Amino acid sequence: MGRKILLDKINVPGIKSYEVYRREGGYASVEKALKMTPEAIIEEVKASGLRGRGGAGFPVGMKWSFIDKKSGKPRHLVCNADESEPGTFKDRYLMEYIPHLLIEGMITSSIALEANLSYIYIRGEYMWVYKILERAIQEAYAAGWLGKNIQGSGFDLDLYVHCGAGAYICGEETALIESLEGKRGNPRLKPPFPAISGLWANPTVVNNVESIAAVPWIINNSGADYAAIGIGRSTGTKLISASGNIKKPGVYEIELGISVEEFINSDEYCGGMETDRPLKALVPGGSSVPILPAHLIYKTANGDDRLMTYESLSDGGFATGSMLGSGGFIVYDDRACIVRNTWNFARFYHHESCGQCTPCREGTGWLEKVLWRIENGEGREEDIELLWSIQSKIEGNTICPLGDAASWPVAAAIRHFREEFEYHVRFPEKIKNRDHFTHEPFHKVRHLVAPQTV
Amino acid sequence: MEKHHYTQEINITDALMARINELVSHYPADKKKSALLPVLHEVQDAHDNWLSIELQNKVAEILELKPIEVYEVVTFYTMFNQRPVGKYMLEFCQTSPCCQRGVEDLMDYTCQKLNVGIAQPTTDGLFEVRGVECLGACGYAPMLQLGDYYHEHLTKEKIDQLIDDCKAGNITFYDK
Amino acid sequence: MKVTIDGHEIEVEAGTTILQAARMIGGDVVPPAMCYYSKLKGSGGKCRCCLVEVTKGSDANPTPMPKLVASCVTGCMDGMEVKSKSSDRVTEARKAVTEFLLINHPLDCPVCDQAGECDLQNLSFEHGHANTRFIEEKRTFEPENIGDKIQLHMNRCILCQRCVQVAEQLTDYRVHGVLNRGDHAQISTMVSAAIENEFSGNMIDVCPVGALTDKTFRFKSRVWFNKPFNAHRECTTPGCCGKVTVWMFGNEIQRVTARKDEYHEVEDFICNTCRYDKKEVSDWTIEGPRKFEKDSVINVNNYSRKLEKVIINTERGILMGRDEDRKKISMAAIDYNKKIDGTEVKQ
Repeated sequence: MGRKILLDKINVPGIKSYEVYRREGGYASVEKALKMTPEAIIEEVKASGLRGRGGAGFPVGMKWSFIDKKSGKPRHLVCNADESEPGTFKDRYLMEYIPHLLIEGMITSSIALEANLSYIYIRGEYMWVYKILERAIQEAYAAGWLGKNIQGSGFDLDLYVHCGAGAYICGEETALIESLEGKRGNPRLKPPFPAISGLWANPTVVNNVESIAAVPWIINNSGADYAAIGIGRSTGTKLISASGNIKKPGVYEIELGISVEEFINSDEYCGGMETDRPLKALVPGGSSVPILPAHLIYKTANGDDRLMTYESLSDGGFATGSMLGSGGFIVYDDRACIVRNTWNFARFYHHESCGQCTPCREGTGWLEKVLWRIENGEGREEDIELLWSIQSKIEGNTICPLGDAASWPVAAAIRHFREEFEYHVRFPEKIKNRDHFTHEPFHKVRHLVAPQTV
Repeated sequence: MEKHHYTQEINITDALMARINELVSHYPADKKKSALLPVLHEVQDAHDNWLSIELQNKVAEILELKPIEVYEVVTFYTMFNQRPVGKYMLEFCQTSPCCQRGVEDLMDYTCQKLNVGIAQPTTDGLFEVRGVECLGACGYAPMLQLGDYYHEHLTKEKIDQLIDDCKAGNITFYDK
Repeated sequence: MKVTIDGHEIEVEAGTTILQAARMIGGDVVPPAMCYYSKLKGSGGKCRCCLVEVTKGSDANPTPMPKLVASCVTGCMDGMEVKSKSSDRVTEARKAVTEFLLINHPLDCPVCDQAGECDLQNLSFEHGHANTRFIEEKRTFEPENIGDKIQLHMNRCILCQRCVQVAEQLTDYRVHGVLNRGDHAQISTMVSAAIENEFSGNMIDVCPVGALTDKTFRFKSRVWFNKPFNAHRECTTPGCCGKVTVWMFGNEIQRVTARKDEYHEVEDFICNTCRYDKKEVSDWTIEGPRKFEKDSVINVNNYSRKLEKVIINTERGILMGRDEDRKKISMAAIDYNKKIDGTEVKQ
């Protein structure tokens, strides 16, 4: 059994409620943090090696240390609960089943940042979770963990939940801030970074739910204890949202460093494939990260075991690797059509592009249209090169990372599954139905597109 | 851009106004605009799940904004509806993990059963089927959202049951 | 602070952006800018045309920047080295952005009033491709009437948002903005409201493309058939400089615009009274012809040189319809309420 930090108490009956949560040792980190200096808390988090769990993996302690405390402006901590990356549903699980853990983390982290007004920005679709958090916050106010002069310490903190309304882009931290200000979710130009000028031009830190929820454990124990879990720079535990064609989809907490093979096949986690169909591909970190073909899932290109760590999953760069991202672990068996799947993701990014900068606004739509044609038997041989060219022109040229996120899945699909694209272009009558690979999986027809030599 | 003009009865009740004031109080006094998204949600829920131009103007007035600032926001976010919608809006997640678990077949099934296309309210105004992007329930796919709640691990039988429950008025969809 | 752009060294004040520094140097190193406008706060960063490569961050931290940066919003650092025209990566990126801007553009320059003074035309001339790789259907928008002074052609818009900034910064009540999102984002008032503010006409001048054009000048003339003169008057509108360019055809003032510099930015904003209501030569003190950059198409109508009258001797039959054509070229003689066969156009 792997060690549990976030989900340790998840099965305790009534843990949703304040009384049970408190009885189980909840809010101890706040008591401890109030006796520490803010700098000491930040040092502890730095020592833990905790990396941002929203996808980018930037060290949390480092991010905190950038916040501008000299200007004397009010500071804010904003929790990013706008979980919208396809394949990711871990934050919702955490907030729904153990809401006080997040609230405790928000208080402890706000103490470290000396922020007196903090927000949890939750996506609008999670309306019932919003209500759960609102109730939990009321309980925390009633018990004296929020409001003026918390537990007699002289520290004030107001915490509110703010809901979005259906925009993936608001998961980008500056778009999230814009949205929190009641505007369209257009990402801002950086610099200035939020740590200098964020919410209402005040210094602001934006952290993912899971990152903040890990803080209480780190403060209760120590940064060093947290860093002792995991391998190398991938410290601690990580929530993985497993979905797709596996026996037991769901949210799992893993110690970073277990192997991908173990994660997919052990009964403690995914429990193997859903049916006896073979594993075809894996998206290990949410839709934005490159897809991995079967031969690169369990082993890296140079034959090492592929591990669930930031480093091992990105081993080989984009040529033969991927990324841990937000931990949206999507498993595909041989019924999956990579072209259809890539089109599906492209449609997603087309739908979610904010429209502010040119390459993303125009390019994501173009990608989707070309992929749709190929998937529907109207592709041309040159479309594959065209897709490659379009994605390379979006990547790196946009204001925010959504452009990159839209490009990577397309690039990886072409890189690893080019033959499937060729098959779609050359045999339009065979791919007429959307479930074309259910009855005739690609490995049975691959010979049709294999290079012929006379 | 305005093609059809739909009208609706505006009714900002005292309870709704109290809730709006509470939401506004969550932000500094000079940052009333920040409350726009939560307020729009509340107002929309109280007005048959859609926002007419007049209602948007009313929100602008309450929050002391220019109407265009409200229009800009309403049109950006997909959860705000700008025309009358079916009372029970079945929003299927149609992103990859759900497709992998067969949501497309279920959407076809539901549309056939209700005899409508995507994003077309039924003639009695009771139902509307929509395909939306990832709702964050990939592990519980296929799924749909109805009001504030998710309905997960769907099957044809569960959809039949859900539609029957809706017809019988036997379902809660707002968490108030 | 010292900055080097394409090998040209220049001293700049702290807070200067790379684009501003490049404009100080001038010539080829100046990146094209479709959304940045020095007179509008918060403009820039969106179109991505002005991307440059920073090969050395600064003397203090010489690491190159991994991504291309938007020069209009990136500040100079002491010792920074930048490649603009001299970088292949930059050229590639500008070509890419140009292609993206054009895929959904209607390419209706032959009927567009902006043609000849359009930044997108200039950009395509330098960075565009003769043929397109885009075979899908183009995106279109429903036409929207925003009053009798300004014509909105959303299909041509590149969403630079300059017009929104004009409304925000020059007028006291903005009624238009960006609606919807992604590639369906559009400039609109939502309710087809007329945009009527004493400074609203400046939206036309800041628009880099033909999305916002002067309705009172619509189809009157191609810009290169007009003769531009600098002119001024004593304007009593607060905030208006009264200094304009009048665009003349013979003795008729067909259009009044603000004076634009070599980057097509207005020197000073003007009011709607100057723009729309002062169309008599007697309203203005004409200062003299306005000069344009050498390669501008407006110079085609070079009135400093004497033109020989062209006489074509051809059979009458071949010249059928030519009288109408001739009217089209000179524009002013055409009655736009009538079709070419003389029937009334339904409004």
